[in-house]
Amino acid sequence: MIRLTAITRTFHMGDQAVYALNNINLQIASGEYVSIMGPSGSGKSTLLNILGLLDKPDSGRYELDEKLVTDLSETEQAQIRRERIGFVFQSFHLVPRLTAAENIELPLTLSGMPSEQRQIRVEQALQAFELKQRAQHRPAELSGGQRQRVAIARATIMQPSVILADEPTGNLDHQIGAEVMSLLEDLHHRGTTLIVVTHDRELGARAHRQIGMRDGEILTDQANATG
Amino acid sequence: MRLVDTVQTSFKTVLSYRIRSLLIILAMALGVAAVVVLTALGDGARNYVINQFSSIGTNLLVVLPGRAETSGAFLGAVLGQTPRDLTLKDAQLIGRLPQVRRYAPLNVGEAELSAANRLRAVTVLGSNVHLIPIRHMVLAQGSFLAHGTENNAQIVLGAKIAREFFPRTQAIGQRVRLGDSRFLVSGVLMSQGETMGYNTDEIVIIPIGHAQVMFNTTSLFRILIEAKSHSEIEPAKQAILATVKQSHDGEEDITVITQDAILSTFNRILQALTLAVAGIAAISLIVAGILVMNVMLVAVSQRTAEIGLLKAIGASSVDIRRLFFTEAVLLSLAGAILGFLLGQFGSLMLRLTFPQLPAWPPVWASMAGITVALITGILASMLPASKAAKLDAVNALGKK
Ligand SMILES: Nc1ncnc2c1ncn2[C@@H]1O[C@H](COP(=O)(O)OP(=O)(O)OP(=O)(O)O)[C@@H](O)[C@H]1O
Ligand SMILES: [Mg+2]
Repeated sequence: MIRLTAITRTFHMGDQAVYALNNINLQIASGEYVSIMGPSGSGKSTLLNILGLLDKPDSGRYELDEKLVTDLSETEQAQIRRERIGFVFQSFHLVPRLTAAENIELPLTLSGMPSEQRQIRVEQALQAFELKQRAQHRPAELSGGQRQRVAIARATIMQPSVILADEPTGNLDHQIGAEVMSLLEDLHHRGTTLIVVTHDRELGARAHRQIGMRDGEILTDQANATG
Repeated sequence: MRLVDTVQTSFKTVLSYRIRSLLIILAMALGVAAVVVLTALGDGARNYVINQFSSIGTNLLVVLPGRAETSGAFLGAVLGQTPRDLTLKDAQLIGRLPQVRRYAPLNVGEAELSAANRLRAVTVLGSNVHLIPIRHMVLAQGSFLAHGTENNAQIVLGAKIAREFFPRTQAIGQRVRLGDSRFLVSGVLMSQGETMGYNTDEIVIIPIGHAQVMFNTTSLFRILIEAKSHSEIEPAKQAILATVKQSHDGEEDITVITQDAILSTFNRILQALTLAVAGIAAISLIVAGILVMNVMLVAVSQRTAEIGLLKAIGASSVDIRRLFFTEAVLLSLAGAILGFLLGQFGSLMLRLTFPQLPAWPPVWASMAGITVALITGILASMLPASKAAKLDAVNALGKK
């Protein structure tokens, strides 16, 4: 359960203020599948960053599972990111030095899980995302689709309740993009809240709820019966 | 994040930036090695001098004619001419002092030694029966001024001279000519090599009376004195000064040097020198520390996107700070250990190259070198680590 109340985020460029988010009110129930669309610069990424506790709003309230998270300390926010939120990025953001398996293992390591348990979980994830053959490969040796699968495996390894994906298919061709989307949708089917920012109308239409943004404001918010 | 994982993660990072890591480790290592080797050299020199000085006698005092202008400037007394000579009578007075175990008056000169169709100039020491034990010389064969032979014209040959003159025959009992006088060889010194610039292998020793006749003098070059014990050295010195002053009509015109005082002076000087050298070497460690800081700062900006990602997947600022901190500590530690080993190796090489020099690195220096390396490494990593921890995740992720 996500509830945003009067969230505002302003950036200052010189003496000019840019309202990246302007008085956003939004409620997303657990297990929803939401797509966010809108022109470039409309505030989609900013919204996602605030939902993911990577960025702080200038004003407004953000409640996650009935708990006000806006005022939590840095360490507490890090813990929420670690345990409840999974990020998937357009440019994958894999650590180039680490193998696929090691990249997937990172969140587990950060959480303090002992090594033996980590290996079991990573093994399962490699299996689930069909990456077993690529476990010891570095990102540079993987295709775009494989890289995004590694990124999704990493985002989900902690079994978060919310997946935030910022244009996850932006760097992939259409077919691979569709495959990646169905992977994310699988997670949604298993109960994870899925929030996807996309430019692709077709992909956006697959979500059960579509939010349209413009100039830092929510313009449209419609349920999609067929999705 | 668990400590083992932090260390392991940082360790992997260190390994994956191989060249960068090697350079830092090398810089650290050279600093530590410099501290270790230079202190080994300094301390080796100190021990060398101390050993040399100790080997010339025990509880030794030396009386020389002439008054040193300032205490310690004994060179002036060595070179300066004296109003009143040091005589055998002075030596005998000193010998009666209760603090003195034994004394040896000394005259030194050059003379030509000839025997068995050979001829060469030798350094002649004139002294009494005590010279050999006081100066820690050892007779390989025979005796010098044995009881009942005190008035004989006898001579002790240095090991090398005995070998030169009597390569095949027994030297003892042979007659030699020194200057214009004839002497009977009564003993041969054990080969001892050079100590304090004296090569006892190439001297001859004759009774003091004969030496004074040969060099036509009544004044002594030195009086060597052995105090009864270590604690009697200082009282002996005072007593000697008082005694000779009295016999020299109240004029204090001699200088008494104690082996002990020279030893401790040398010890102090060489220790200070070692410390100074160690300090200079330690500066290179600080330079290495600055290098560590620089490289870690570069690493932070190179890995900005990675730091952003780590934050996005749940690393706290503390985790990030620890990762960078650990990385720098690992590098410094590796550098310190490598440097210590290099230093030990360097010292070993020094000892092999200069066998007389006991160039053992002092334990304190190795400890100090390693500690300073670690501390500089830790201090140098503070700034980069906190810079990494403070990075704004969103901006960091945006960077490539
Ligand atoms: N760090 C920043 N500093 C200054 N302005 C920023 C910053 N981040 C975002 N903005 C501004 O905030 C507004 C919203 O940016 P945001 O990245 O959320 O847009 P977006 O909808 O994700 O665009 P795109 O589709 O191009 O990714 C833009 O006008 C952008 O210029
Ligand atoms: Mg964006």
